[in-house]
Amino acid sequence: MNRTLQIVFLGLALSLAGAPGAAFADDATHIQLSIKGHRFDPAEPTAPAGKPLVIEVTNADPTPAEFESKALRVEKVVAGGGAITVRVRPLTPGRYRFFDDYHEATTVGFLVVQ
Amino acid sequence: MLGALIIVFREVIEAGIIVGIVMAVTRGVPGSRLMAGAGVLAGLVGASLVAAFAGALADALGGVGQEMFNAAILALAVCMLAWHNIWMASHGRELAAEARKLGQDVRSGARSLTALAIVVAVAVMREGSEVALFLYGLVASGGTTSNDLLLGSALGLVAGAGVSAVTYFGLVTIPARSLFSTTSALITLLASGLAAQSVNFLQQAGVVSIWSQTAWDTSAILSDTSLLGRVLHTLVGYSDQPSVLQVVVYFVTLATILALSRAFAPRPATRRPEASAAHPN
Repeated sequence: MNRTLQIVFLGLALSLAGAPGAAFADDATHIQLSIKGHRFDPAEPTAPAGKPLVIEVTNADPTPAEFESKALRVEKVVAGGGAITVRVRPLTPGRYRFFDDYHEATTVGFLVVQ
Repeated sequence: MLGALIIVFREVIEAGIIVGIVMAVTRGVPGSRLMAGAGVLAGLVGASLVAAFAGALADALGGVGQEMFNAAILALAVCMLAWHNIWMASHGRELAAEARKLGQDVRSGARSLTALAIVVAVAVMREGSEVALFLYGLVASGGTTSNDLLLGSALGLVAGAGVSAVTYFGLVTIPARSLFSTTSALITLLASGLAAQSVNFLQQAGVVSIWSQTAWDTSAILSDTSLLGRVLHTLVGYSDQPSVLQVVVYFVTLATILALSRAFAPRPATRRPEASAAHPN
């Protein structure tokens, strides 16, 4: 019985871990963000509503950052001098706050969806 | 200094709670201290590796390496917790009740310990890698303030260990009779919360796109970045802006663990001779 259980859970773990890679929607709107001196540039990018988004975050600082947004449900480390891409679901109009989790006091921005 | 303390403490709080729960659950089991220690150590090594290769990990799998990695290790933790709980439901109760010393059960118990050691390692690795990156940032930026910040970070780590201690001592004051059901419930909720987190990373990676709309927004009432929010986030999987899929996965995991625990649990206390003969173990 234990054996069976183990196999079932191992199988579950593996099937979850090996889920197929992301299919990239080509109609996505791309947004470029950079972090420099612990500031986002632009601090208030705009995006169209109802379309999937791809946000590219470049970290020009030598220190790591964690690009995070509760509303966008994003949490991703950006190495110092590195860059990341995050995919965001189609959004309804509004202001969506994002920040660097390591420097939340200064590194804050809003995604303005219209 | 206070800022660094808070950031590090916030990161280690989840691992701290999980380590505390696991230690309380395995209290008295031979070799459990060693297992917990090995789990923490493996987690620290893993955390350093993840931090060192953060850039490479982010670029892997077409840019979603970080998300897929997080989703996979969280899923692994969920499976280990679920397996432990179901195993305990089928054996633990009789073990605790009769305190039998059976070679077979001790060996199975050790296997269950391994599962929990993996959970500890995963928790420490996830949180630890973020702390490592933050600390690396402090060291890399240098300057006169960095010693002060490092001191704050060290205090944050100590505070995280304090959370482990509070969780552990809080749990072990519960009478042995109800400790079993309390920790089973805690682990079930913990696993469900981790499953919801795992799904969040799959959604973030774009692998799963259904039910991505926000189920509710209670960030104004209780933000899950606040201290209480963080604790509840770990303990019961509280999230202030979950997606519909996260909520669904949370309850499906909860129901699955409960159902399997029940299915594998031995018949209740009315012991009949033929029942014990049918399951000689």
